Amino acid sequence: MIQLTAITRIFHMGEQEIRALDHIDLAIASGEYVSIMGTSGSGKSTLLNVIGVLDRPDSGRYQLDGSDVTDLTETEQARVRREKIGFVFQSFHLVPRLTAAENIELPLILAGIPPAERKIRIEKALHAFDLSKRAQHRPAELSGGQRQRVAIARATILRPTALLADEPTGNLDHRTGVEVVALLEELHHAGTTLIVVTHDRELGLRAHRRIAMRDGLIVADEQ
Amino acid sequence: MKLQDIFLFSFKTVKSYPTRSFLIILAMALGVAAVVVLTALGDGARRFVIHRFSSIGTNLIIVLPGRAETAGSFPGASMGQTPRDLTLEDARWLGQLHQIRRYAPLNVGTAELAAVGRLRDVTILGSTGDLLPIRHMELAQGSFLAHGAQYSAQIVLGAELAEEFFPEGNAIGQRVRLADRRFIVSGVLARQGETMGFNSDEIVIIPIDHAQALLDTTSLFRILVEVRNRNDISSAKQAIRELMVQRHDGEEDVTIITQDAVLATFDRIFRALTLGVAGIAAISLAVAGILIMNVMLVAVSQRTDEIGLLKAIGAPGSDIRRLFLTEAAWLSLTGAIFGFMLGHVGSLLIRLAYPQLPAWPPVWASLASIVIALVTGILAGLLPAARAARLDPVKALSGR
Repeated sequence: MIQLTAITRIFHMGEQEIRALDHIDLAIASGEYVSIMGTSGSGKSTLLNVIGVLDRPDSGRYQLDGSDVTDLTETEQARVRREKIGFVFQSFHLVPRLTAAENIELPLILAGIPPAERKIRIEKALHAFDLSKRAQHRPAELSGGQRQRVAIARATILRPTALLADEPTGNLDHRTGVEVVALLEELHHAGTTLIVVTHDRELGLRAHRRIAMRDGLIVADEQ
Repeated sequence: MKLQDIFLFSFKTVKSYPTRSFLIILAMALGVAAVVVLTALGDGARRFVIHRFSSIGTNLIIVLPGRAETAGSFPGASMGQTPRDLTLEDARWLGQLHQIRRYAPLNVGTAELAAVGRLRDVTILGSTGDLLPIRHMELAQGSFLAHGAQYSAQIVLGAELAEEFFPEGNAIGQRVRLADRRFIVSGVLARQGETMGFNSDEIVIIPIDHAQALLDTTSLFRILVEVRNRNDISSAKQAIRELMVQRHDGEEDVTIITQDAVLATFDRIFRALTLGVAGIAAISLAVAGILIMNVMLVAVSQRTDEIGLLKAIGAPGSDIRRLFLTEAAWLSLTGAIFGFMLGHVGSLLIRLAYPQLPAWPPVWASLASIVIALVTGILAGLLPAARAARLDPVKALSGR
């Protein structure tokens, strides 16, 4: 499903050239549960962003679901993200002036789904993520766990084929982190491809396939 | 993203920053209101003046002796002639033209009015009975040359003079002296106040023959002509010119002014003035536009995180651009609508405070100010919207 070939991504920090990804070859099949681990600056987040079509590699090819997405226009890539990718971030990235329900609604609005259908799907999602009572609360009025549940509900409302989580438990206490991980794994069991970037070994080891990165290179890939 | 969702979403955004939105809307509203109120004032002044002019008399043609040359040379100078007089005989011939309802020859001068031991310098109008209807003047008491008595020594006093000389209101039939001649007061003018710097309350009117004798002249100051019909004005003007040329040995030595032309000139002057003040007021719209641009630029940097997120969950740059553009459009449109209402309330207050001044905002000004407000708002939104649309989502999300 995901097929990366010789992907290179270079950042320029003043005079310095940093190879965040250095000729990465990686294939991830549909329905896999993959963790990407590494220290800060190892390139793991850049890899996730490239997989999520959020970042453009400087060279190499990327095939997603059999079609090449490397050279798509910005608008086409946005469409790919909308239809196939769900992002979960460490800092949740909820829109502070919108309620929980409105945050979950965002992808539906972007996809141009009519309001009546949006309402039904939001209701379902709120129920599924145990947020029904919090629907009209703004992010500032929610606990960290609730915020991440809203973020996950938003990431999955359009049923993406791949769910990409960047340090999903990074801003949560241990107990809430465990709950969020359980939620993500539940979604994986339901058939979603789950890719988790983390430097938390305990979380990383739960994945069925564990990739380790250092200095823009994949140094370990074990099933 | 569907268009209606874009409008709804950006409207919600406007609502979620109430203070910021209120201030921008206020700035825009004041700009639009300024345009509406100032054009109302300008147009009100125009109507006021036009109305005053019309009250002098409609369908009016004025014939003056001498040619107003636009070529710069002195009238008749090239021929070694001075302009011919305009005579009573000329006026009588004019009266024969079929387009003309009535005419009034006019002489103007000053003399000392004396009665019951008082003295005063007054302006004299010498004319015929038709002067009153032509100039829309009315008599409060008595009559003026009522029986066609062209030669009797009657005099009509202005309201102010009548009160001054005969405070008991018994002016009619009294004897007065004007210069060295005796007159009998036959009428008193109704109070009219000032029209065009000419106070008709402080004049006297006497028959034209007496006036010419008193002022020792045979030349008329001018002839006032009222045509039967507004449409006849240009043909009457032509006929008068031909008649005068014929009577003056082929020399065109009179100037013919129509009330229409005077009105049209004032109309143009006041329209230009109104446009001028509208233009000045429109500068405040431009300032409001720049304010919108500034605030939208701040909004883009404040909402970097949100823009990054929208892109991550699949919003193309074009949607982001439209969201920011519609936000700017909402702000300016709301401002324009409030400004429109504010301006109309302001004009109403002016009309209430100065009932003589018909300060109605012209429709074109109201529409133009709203359109300009909207256009400046959207133009001001272009740069911030383009900046938002270009944001790199990875950088935006990482807060860098």
